[in-house]
Amino acid sequence: MHEYLDGEILPEHKNILTVHLKSCADCRQHFQELEKSIALVKSISHVQAPADFTQKVLMNLPKEKKKVSVKRWFSRHPVLTAASIFSIFMAASLLSHWSGDDFSVTKNPDLVIENNTAIVPEGETVTGDIVVKNGDIRIDGKVDGSVTVINGEIVNGESYMASAGQVKGDIVEINEAFEWLWYQMKHIFESTMNMLTGKE
Amino acid sequence: MDEFVKSRIKQVRKGDQNAFGEIVELYKDKVFQLCFRMLGNSHEAEDISQEAFIRAYINIERYNIDRKFSTWLYRIATNLCIDRIRKKKPDYYLDAEVAGTEGLTLYSQIPASQLAPDEEVSKIELQEIIQNEILKLPEKYRAVIVLKYIEELPLLEISKILDLPIGTVKTRIHRGREALRKQLRHI
Repeated sequence: MHEYLDGEILPEHKNILTVHLKSCADCRQHFQELEKSIALVKSISHVQAPADFTQKVLMNLPKEKKKVSVKRWFSRHPVLTAASIFSIFMAASLLSHWSGDDFSVTKNPDLVIENNTAIVPEGETVTGDIVVKNGDIRIDGKVDGSVTVINGEIVNGESYMASAGQVKGDIVEINEAFEWLWYQMKHIFESTMNMLTGKE
Repeated sequence: MDEFVKSRIKQVRKGDQNAFGEIVELYKDKVFQLCFRMLGNSHEAEDISQEAFIRAYINIERYNIDRKFSTWLYRIATNLCIDRIRKKKPDYYLDAEVAGTEGLTLYSQIPASQLAPDEEVSKIELQEIIQNEILKLPEKYRAVIVLKYIEELPLLEISKILDLPIGTVKTRIHRGREALRKQLRHI
């Protein structure tokens, strides 16, 4: 009987069983009761896990490694990933300009260079913007434009107080990497805008 | 589906919990059902099936990826259920003979009204009765009966889940069936 119910009965055993069940009422009843109880057990409807089951499991898991969630975030936001990689390279290349510590100055025939210091001689007027990198500038004369000093300072000597009048444009001193970056970005942004609006 | 599960598990091993979420989705009903039929109440069933998934996650490195994942998972769940049943075992048994009586057990003291043959039993009541009868089985028979007739798993898989020889599984199924027959024949 159990061989039959296990589904592993040999054909000859099955014949013996059928023949016997026909003639033996006790065994027939026993067999029917077994089949009935199996059917009853199978009949109990299938239950389902509560709706928030998966969420609860995930909430109770030990914390996931940060690395993975970052990776997953990247793989889900390919555009932002590209953008952030781009900005990393941008920053790196802009910063590499910053890290160079050679003295350099905007070329201008009226400027005098002396020991890493650009000098606007007295009585002279320099037309155009001046950028000094890794050095100082002393303005004794006048500048018809803006002055930007990166990694250095504006030395004005005695006429310090009058400096505002001597420079027609803006005076900017940049001494931090971050400021440098900001300056570069602003610069790029401005020239892009100019390009777009056709100013230059 | 096996390929899907395998790829998810590889993700889980790298620490990806969302991939594990997909595995939970796939098996939650089966595991919950197994626990519910073993334990008989949905609170405990939820507790234990939650625990089973969390243990699977923690021990995922120990899972052999060339074997069937569901077998491993059912094994964790079944073991947890059996542990729970053993812990909460009452200090009396319905099967035990009542002192001073001959052959009378606590079963015979339960009012039999709900089993009256002429009374019409609704489907829900019937399900409760069947569930209760399953719960009366000792846990070693209960496990095989639930795995065989509710989860409808083949004998070979049951033997792997319970880590028992097939012969033992068969014997337990036979005994479980006989016990159920006695309990259910009057319905």
